[in-house]
Amino acid sequence: MTTTRLERCFAALKQQNRPALVSYLTAGDPDAETSRRLLHGLPEAGVDIIELGMPFSDPMADGPAIQKAALRALEGGQTQAKTLEMVRSFREQNSTTPIVLMGYYNPIYCYGVERFLTDAAKAGIDGLIVVDLPPEHDEELCQPAAKHGIDFIRLATPTTDAKRLPKVLGNASGFIYYVSVAGVTGGSAPTPERLESAVRELREHTELPIAVGFGIRTAEQAATIGRFSDAVVVGSALVDCIEHANTPDEAVERVHGLVSELAESVRACRKASERQAC
Amino acid sequence: MNQFVNLPDANGLFGSFGGRFVAETLMPLILELQDEYTAAKNDPEFQRQLAYFQGDYVGRPSPLYFAERLTEHFGGASIYLKREELNHTGAHKINNCIGQVLLAKQMGKKRIIAETGAGMHGVATATVAARFGLPCVIYMGATDIERQQPNVFRMKLLGAEIVPVTSGTGTLKDAMNEALRDWVTNVDDTFYIIGTVAGPHPYPAMVRDFQAVIGHETRTQMIEKQGRLPDSLVACVGGGSNAMGLFYPFINDPAVKMIGVEAGGKGVKSGLHAASLNGGTPGVLHGNRTYLLQNEDGQITDAHSISAGLDYPGIGPEHAWLYEQGRVEYVSATDDEALEAFQICCRQEGIIPALETAHALAEVAKRAPTLPREHLMVVNLSGRGDKDMMSVAHHLGDKFGVKNR
Ligand SMILES: Cc1ncc(COP(=O)(O)O)c(C=O)c1O
Repeated sequence: MTTTRLERCFAALKQQNRPALVSYLTAGDPDAETSRRLLHGLPEAGVDIIELGMPFSDPMADGPAIQKAALRALEGGQTQAKTLEMVRSFREQNSTTPIVLMGYYNPIYCYGVERFLTDAAKAGIDGLIVVDLPPEHDEELCQPAAKHGIDFIRLATPTTDAKRLPKVLGNASGFIYYVSVAGVTGGSAPTPERLESAVRELREHTELPIAVGFGIRTAEQAATIGRFSDAVVVGSALVDCIEHANTPDEAVERVHGLVSELAESVRACRKASERQAC
Repeated sequence: MNQFVNLPDANGLFGSFGGRFVAETLMPLILELQDEYTAAKNDPEFQRQLAYFQGDYVGRPSPLYFAERLTEHFGGASIYLKREELNHTGAHKINNCIGQVLLAKQMGKKRIIAETGAGMHGVATATVAARFGLPCVIYMGATDIERQQPNVFRMKLLGAEIVPVTSGTGTLKDAMNEALRDWVTNVDDTFYIIGTVAGPHPYPAMVRDFQAVIGHETRTQMIEKQGRLPDSLVACVGGGSNAMGLFYPFINDPAVKMIGVEAGGKGVKSGLHAASLNGGTPGVLHGNRTYLLQNEDGQITDAHSISAGLDYPGIGPEHAWLYEQGRVEYVSATDDEALEAFQICCRQEGIIPALETAHALAEVAKRAPTLPREHLMVVNLSGRGDKDMMSVAHHLGDKFGVKNR
């Protein structure tokens, strides 16, 4: 049986006893060229899994930071085709770092589901996170994606109760993305204690790795959450670096700088806690 | 026969339209709402309360008025106005708000949110929130706040908090995005009163059912007056709630023709319009699949209309289905046509209609003259135009010697 890039990635990290660092950036933000540079430098800066946002005009589940990122990208002329092309060119240099596209259904639907999946598989995309496709709509994209060997990463949230969980986990693959707080991206920070018990609870129902995201901004938070999760996702904090930079060079420097800090802390987090435990 | 009445299906689909395209965080709540709504539909006590508030609080039934002068003016079909503008708060919107606030109460929700375009839904929501003692937050696009000032003031008087939305074009679609963001953040205690037949299932069906009182009354009233059903029904379509409310009880009467009027803005060919069916393509937005104004890459484009309540790049999914089935004819009226019809209604009937409603009247102006007097045409007079004084003064000010802003 062939393994996927995501499986190989999580297996390797398990060996190293550390969580994955997952970064989120919007494709085409702040412009095509800078976005390309940002993407290509992520693995070197310490990212294990790349989430790449497909910009959408109406990002209902995103806070101001990612809303603005989508607008910058769209104003710069970003399209679905350009996003796929970015990944294809990234794959010419990197064949190991998993890339997961994240976004909303409409741009995929308008591109054409079959055509999109064909092109995405060809470009070297490993998974999809589509915010507005709950399991009730699995026949739209989740099931077709499986046929193309693309994982469909499911979101579990604080409102997902025991009754609903089996439905959420049903066709999930790749990993489970636990949304740390009920809300939009870039919102308030989660409380680690509550999170830890939620992740423990999830583990009893799935073998898939569990990533935690929403509201994680700092190296400390990443370390705390990385002790009990298989991956931590940082998005708005990185996207803010782009907004606050005065030049493209500064944007690249700031984003990769923050990634390095986060990477260092996820690499040390379990060692630190082991030491504490002793 | 029943080919149109048993929809949506269990998944909220009207053919391929509708559905529940929402974030997982909202799913448990939406499923709960669906159960609660289904129970309420069959609960005599809920229905008794609904009827009570529709009567003594909203002022129903609204009259079906024979517009004699308008009929003379156009010189064709007999025109009847379903006077929804006489409802408390001045539009059909409150029919739905009363129903939803009763559900919110029943579900133990502590806080009400809503989006609004023209402000009529915002006012109706703020009104029922005040009546039921619930705090209320209304999301309204900054552009719309500007052009519907009187309603902004009304909502504030009623104790609602108005949150201006500046993202996008600052109109209805952006207000809806922001309301959805509030909802996922406050999912435990908050009830989202959606103002039209759009959003995730069960909203399109639920709002339609609460608005269907319009069509049920019209049916009874026309039979009382004329001993038969009307020949045609005309309504403006933003999201499509006043139209669905009028149409639905006649949907399986093939002899009754139905016409939905979209906002044509500067003309459907100009690209500056809000006619999702006449100028859009299928897509997924705000929880449902329907016709949308969008580019080929699936990015939603801006709608344009003189009327804030029609300035939305989508339409309720049931309309998308009825359009594809050919059961309802969808046309459009431009800003100028609406303004012209607005003035005719003021002068001929002494009724100042909402600019949204004026779009329906613009279609009457085109259609009525070609039909005989025996043709009974019902127009949904969905709202009154007090809120539009500033906009109309802006467009017609010179003519009346009013200084433009
Ligand atoms: C008076 C009036 N009519 C019509 C509409 C359009 O909404 P719908 O198509 O849902 O009836 C509005 C919306 O604000 C309104 O205020």
